[in-house]
Amino acid sequence: MNVATATTASGPHWLLRKSSLQATSVFLLVVLCSLLALAKDTRFVYMLVYVWFGLAYGMLLQYGRFCMASAVRDLFAVKVPRMAVGMMIAVALYAVVAAIVTLAGFSTFHPNAMGWHIVIGAAIFGFGIVFTGGCASGSLYKAGEGNMNSMLVILAISFSQAIVVSASGWWDSLVPQSWIAAAAAQDMPAELTITQGWFDIFTAGYIWNLKGTTTAEIFDMAGTATGIVLLNTMLTAILPVIIILVALYVFYYRKGHLRRTGKANPTLRDEIAGMWAMFTSSKNTAIAGIGLGILAGLHMYVTGALREHYDIFNFGELLVAMGYTSGLSIQDTVFDPGYWYITTQEAQWGGWVMQKLGIDSMDSIFFGLDNGLPNPLLNAPGFMSIGIILGASVMALARREFKWKLPNWESAFFAIVGGTLMGIGARLAMGCNIGAFFATVTNGDPSGWVFLFGMTIGAYIGVKAFTWWMDWSDSRKTSECGL
Amino acid sequence: MAMTFNKLGDHEWELNVCGYTCPHPQMYTKKALQKIESGDMLTLIFDNPSSGESIMAMCEAEGSDLVDRHDGGGSFTWKIRKA
Repeated sequence: MNVATATTASGPHWLLRKSSLQATSVFLLVVLCSLLALAKDTRFVYMLVYVWFGLAYGMLLQYGRFCMASAVRDLFAVKVPRMAVGMMIAVALYAVVAAIVTLAGFSTFHPNAMGWHIVIGAAIFGFGIVFTGGCASGSLYKAGEGNMNSMLVILAISFSQAIVVSASGWWDSLVPQSWIAAAAAQDMPAELTITQGWFDIFTAGYIWNLKGTTTAEIFDMAGTATGIVLLNTMLTAILPVIIILVALYVFYYRKGHLRRTGKANPTLRDEIAGMWAMFTSSKNTAIAGIGLGILAGLHMYVTGALREHYDIFNFGELLVAMGYTSGLSIQDTVFDPGYWYITTQEAQWGGWVMQKLGIDSMDSIFFGLDNGLPNPLLNAPGFMSIGIILGASVMALARREFKWKLPNWESAFFAIVGGTLMGIGARLAMGCNIGAFFATVTNGDPSGWVFLFGMTIGAYIGVKAFTWWMDWSDSRKTSECGL
Repeated sequence: MAMTFNKLGDHEWELNVCGYTCPHPQMYTKKALQKIESGDMLTLIFDNPSSGESIMAMCEAEGSDLVDRHDGGGSFTWKIRKA
């Protein structure tokens, strides 16, 4: 394939271009706000770690067009494995760095509960991402490119989650009686009302009875180097990555590669060269995958080290010490995963706005017991999401790719419906493709592969539905050049 | 803005998917490349940066050539000759 070099409109030196100056301005704004936060209290450095890792994630996501929705969607929609390969590269790198961080004793990771809810939630999430045009992180970086459609997706994810975790009504009676009985048997403070609201019943009556473990924990080797490296990293992360990469090569890349290179009877050497060509076919994606994998692991290390430095387990303790007690859970905690995570902080944004509108949801387990509803200005992971938007803006402006784009009616509808499905799916599965997949498999928790399986099924069905929609809507157009 | 797909002349086509986000641009491009003849030129205009990588990978897989590209201001104009 011949690929033309991109030409751009001539003008002043790139450093003096308007877009470069705007990129610099956004970057300096983050620097200035960081300095102001530190001037107010140096302990805000804990929150700034989220901000700056978010900024770096956003820059890399935009640079590599790194969207995990594309990993499964484009595989089925246009037979392109580019992003699936990039995602596997990132998983491998994150797993290696996570092993080092865990061996150093700074891991902040907690495994997810394993159960059928992951498959169902991930399938709903996977169906939704086909219609929104991006996963939860992808929507953030695309919002940073000026895409207002992605802003709508973020809004839909935020409010749908906040409603799902706190709403109560006739649908509460649809949950199994065994869950209600199990929830009622939990010794919880009365203000949580855990037998009201289906998500509370689901959490207390079903999820809490499940076990979440790493592979090393299953074999009682969690504290050993052998367990961490061999079982968590090699067996749970690297081996499946190799299998998936070989499958991607065989089913999606090999035929075209051999045709292009004219190898009718390929040797093993030719096959390895073909694998390498697949890895490097999109250098931007591969570079982003490497960078994101390493950064995600380092993020855990830095947060873990800061927790040790401040002798805390959760950012809520630091907020109390700084005098901020509003919006904390009844355990004085807030959502503070200590690593790359997206959907829960967005649920908090939605919940916080609803609370300001008079809809209190602090009697739910999700907000009242676990994550709190802090002011967005004190929401550390929330600032990671904002950092992703700003980082993507910096990169998009620097590359002259920033453009304000308003959605049309069709894409706005898809954004709201798809984003709502993503929110529902993420809460059922206890996370999105980042928190329930990327962060889990890389830390030895096999539940993430169950999430990927469910998300792939959902995306496959979503692509079929989307293709039908495109064909149907095109068939109604009268143009002689219809598609 | 709605998608437009027009014949500009003999063996010359134009697909404009500005305003659309993933996965519309890559899916419309795939459909357009399926519709035109081998050797035809497709001028593709889009403004969703993320779609570019997938479209390039799709061209590579099918052996189509990206003979000219003009990127800037958040918009992309690519000329693709179908294999």
